[in-house]
Amino acid sequence: MTVTPNGFDLDNSGRRIVVDPVTRIEGHMRCEVNVDDEGVIRNAVSTGTMWRGLEVILKGRDPRDAWAFTERICGVCTGTHALTSVRAVEDALGITIPENANSIRNIMQLNLQIHDHIVHFYHLHALDWVNPVNALRADPKATSELQQTVGPNHPLSSPGYFRDVQNRLKKFVESGQLGLFKNGYWDNPAYLLPPEADLMATTHYLEALDLQKEIVKVHTIFGGKNPHPNWLVGGVPCPINMDGVGSVGAINMERLNMVSSIIDKCIEFNRNVYLPDVVAIGGFYKNWLYGGGLSGQAVLAYGDIPENPNDFSAEQLHLPRGAIINGNLEEVHDVDQRDPEQIQEFVDHSWYTYGEPGKGLHPWDGVTDPQYELGPNAKGTRTDIKELDEAAKYSWIKAPRWNGHAMEVGPLARYVVGYAKGHEDIKSQVEGLLRTMDLPVSALFSTLGRTAARALESEYCGRLQKHFFDKLVQTIKNGDSTTANIEKWDPSTWPKEAKGVGATEAPRGALGHWIKIKDGRIENYQCVVPTTWNGSPRDTAGNIGAFEASLMNTPMERPEEPVEILRTLHSFDPCLACSTHVMAPDGAEMARVKVR
Amino acid sequence: MTASVLVLGIGNLLWADEGFGVRCVERLAECWSFPENVSLLDGGTQGLYLLPFLEAADRLIVFDAVDYGLTPGTLKIVEDDEVPAFMGAKKMSLHQTGFQDVIATAQLMRYCPEELLLIGCQPEELEDYGGGLRESVAAQIEPALDVAMERLRIWGITPTPGRDPRSTLADASIRRTAYEAGRPSEASACRTGDARFFPENT
Repeated sequence: MTVTPNGFDLDNSGRRIVVDPVTRIEGHMRCEVNVDDEGVIRNAVSTGTMWRGLEVILKGRDPRDAWAFTERICGVCTGTHALTSVRAVEDALGITIPENANSIRNIMQLNLQIHDHIVHFYHLHALDWVNPVNALRADPKATSELQQTVGPNHPLSSPGYFRDVQNRLKKFVESGQLGLFKNGYWDNPAYLLPPEADLMATTHYLEALDLQKEIVKVHTIFGGKNPHPNWLVGGVPCPINMDGVGSVGAINMERLNMVSSIIDKCIEFNRNVYLPDVVAIGGFYKNWLYGGGLSGQAVLAYGDIPENPNDFSAEQLHLPRGAIINGNLEEVHDVDQRDPEQIQEFVDHSWYTYGEPGKGLHPWDGVTDPQYELGPNAKGTRTDIKELDEAAKYSWIKAPRWNGHAMEVGPLARYVVGYAKGHEDIKSQVEGLLRTMDLPVSALFSTLGRTAARALESEYCGRLQKHFFDKLVQTIKNGDSTTANIEKWDPSTWPKEAKGVGATEAPRGALGHWIKIKDGRIENYQCVVPTTWNGSPRDTAGNIGAFEASLMNTPMERPEEPVEILRTLHSFDPCLACSTHVMAPDGAEMARVKVR
Repeated sequence: MTASVLVLGIGNLLWADEGFGVRCVERLAECWSFPENVSLLDGGTQGLYLLPFLEAADRLIVFDAVDYGLTPGTLKIVEDDEVPAFMGAKKMSLHQTGFQDVIATAQLMRYCPEELLLIGCQPEELEDYGGGLRESVAAQIEPALDVAMERLRIWGITPTPGRDPRSTLADASIRRTAYEAGRPSEASACRTGDARFFPENT
């Protein structure tokens, strides 16, 4: 038994269970746990099975192009990477952006948050709580009654509607196309919903699919195309031409009306469907408050959505910035991404080397030099690992730390920081939810809390999106249709050497890009992505990372069916596509579970 | 009513031959203009983002790098019901899990295109982050386009030579020529990648 500096008792003597890969649609991560005789997790090991290093692609390229490359590294949060990248370059070169660009960027970023949160909940995470097979046994009339109780303002609630959906599901399942719903552990006792709640939630799974198609149109309108919309250092690439009728790419009244209608749809869905679903489903899992991990003791948020252009001071950000350590919610520390002492990455347990042990590097000075070696207690071979040795190097993810602390990032981290700071909107949302569900504040620090924070944030982002839309329209009405500042577009206006940092809140947490520019070209480029924080391995001191901490002490109904592990890890919305790169040469199944 | 056609390229262009699909669409858009009912799309690594495009299409042509265990650079053409299974033949990267799910989802939502044509190419190298297409795979772009053009002709579509002004190509900096020419040298940026794919070298 070992006690980690961040307070967890680790015991790796029990049965070892390997879950690989963990994510349902995107990303490759693997997790190994030891369970005791009671089936309770007593040791957790999270590893990124992929390698990345954007610096190996960007070195020597034009900094103004970096966004287009970073947009390709992830299959999900493309726009957020692009935004972070242009911010880093603007910071390095002292480029300011106009008011309209700030509003449009915020609308796009908020739009992505909402899209990601909804898709995450319904299409990547709901099936950890909801059993679509059980939905086939539901009584459509009782489902309709449930819907009218839970979300009275949602128009789609008739018994006939639920009967139709149920028939459609039946046909889909009977045709052998279980497709999306295969690989589930549908008879596991960890599923607690009655069939009617399962049918309601599965129905919303389908409704959310239709809605998400609409949401992303905002990116096409402002970004010129989607997927992979266009971005611009110094502003946004779309001109505003209110008199124009359908001219290519320009923003006109017709397009703005479309954006406005999409924003309203998001707000309605969040209020009438998403939040009520989380409350209803959460109500059945109120006693399953595992998975808190670091959320009650060490959380980090960079903050985002500046009210005014070029002002990133903490009080001007709608999504809060701050760090909480040692579980002290009374004190929220400010975060400075430039301070070489605050953010450092360690590699003692990662497959990289800095040449000497125990060293931490600030991202501006980051080095990505691979060193792949398994520890003496690892089982299997170099190309087919059966069991990792967590005492040695065991992950392609580095271990970022804030002042030496392992931190959780993401919607729950943002909401804990906001709550602790007394952020008005966040505090009232959180208190309202806890009241409705009759739960204490401590319930927030759980898997359920993480899932609920995401829903609350989606609702809040919907309102913010409207705020910036109104602001955009007002500025245009006042006669200002500027969308870009190209004063420093020409590299001859740049200093010989410069460095900058771009920070955003990606849907899954704090995202930073650090850039060094020399003679007009990229000299170094390092990304520290949210899943690097959450999925980090142990550090030199032995602190475990957020994923690892979140699994500790969770009892499993059937250890060979890791519903509980998936539920908790999915609640982070992990996405390793950008933090790392692929291993599984045959990685076909969603979760290959090995019990040893 | 004229059937609408989507010509889609998918894959992550940052991973060497995985960029095959995206590069095919890029080339097609550079050389040909199409009538209104045909859309060209660089789908990149996107999953569910592609649903609205599938919904709008009656017929779909997909270019992708697919690992069938064949000789590198071999084209493999698969149609209709066989497409989803083939895309999952040997899942080598994230986007394929994504696209298989996109097709399954489109089927569930009852708006999957009626006709599907997958033009797949066996990759030679995937484990080269930041790399471009290998010669064997690059050489298959034109033959793959021929297959697509032939199918478009069967569908009654007559393209005209010259770049299509409607096409939304990727940013110039990551189109094939700029992307491959601008790659940092091996000396200045390590390329080893995931050592588990090169155990004999380490």
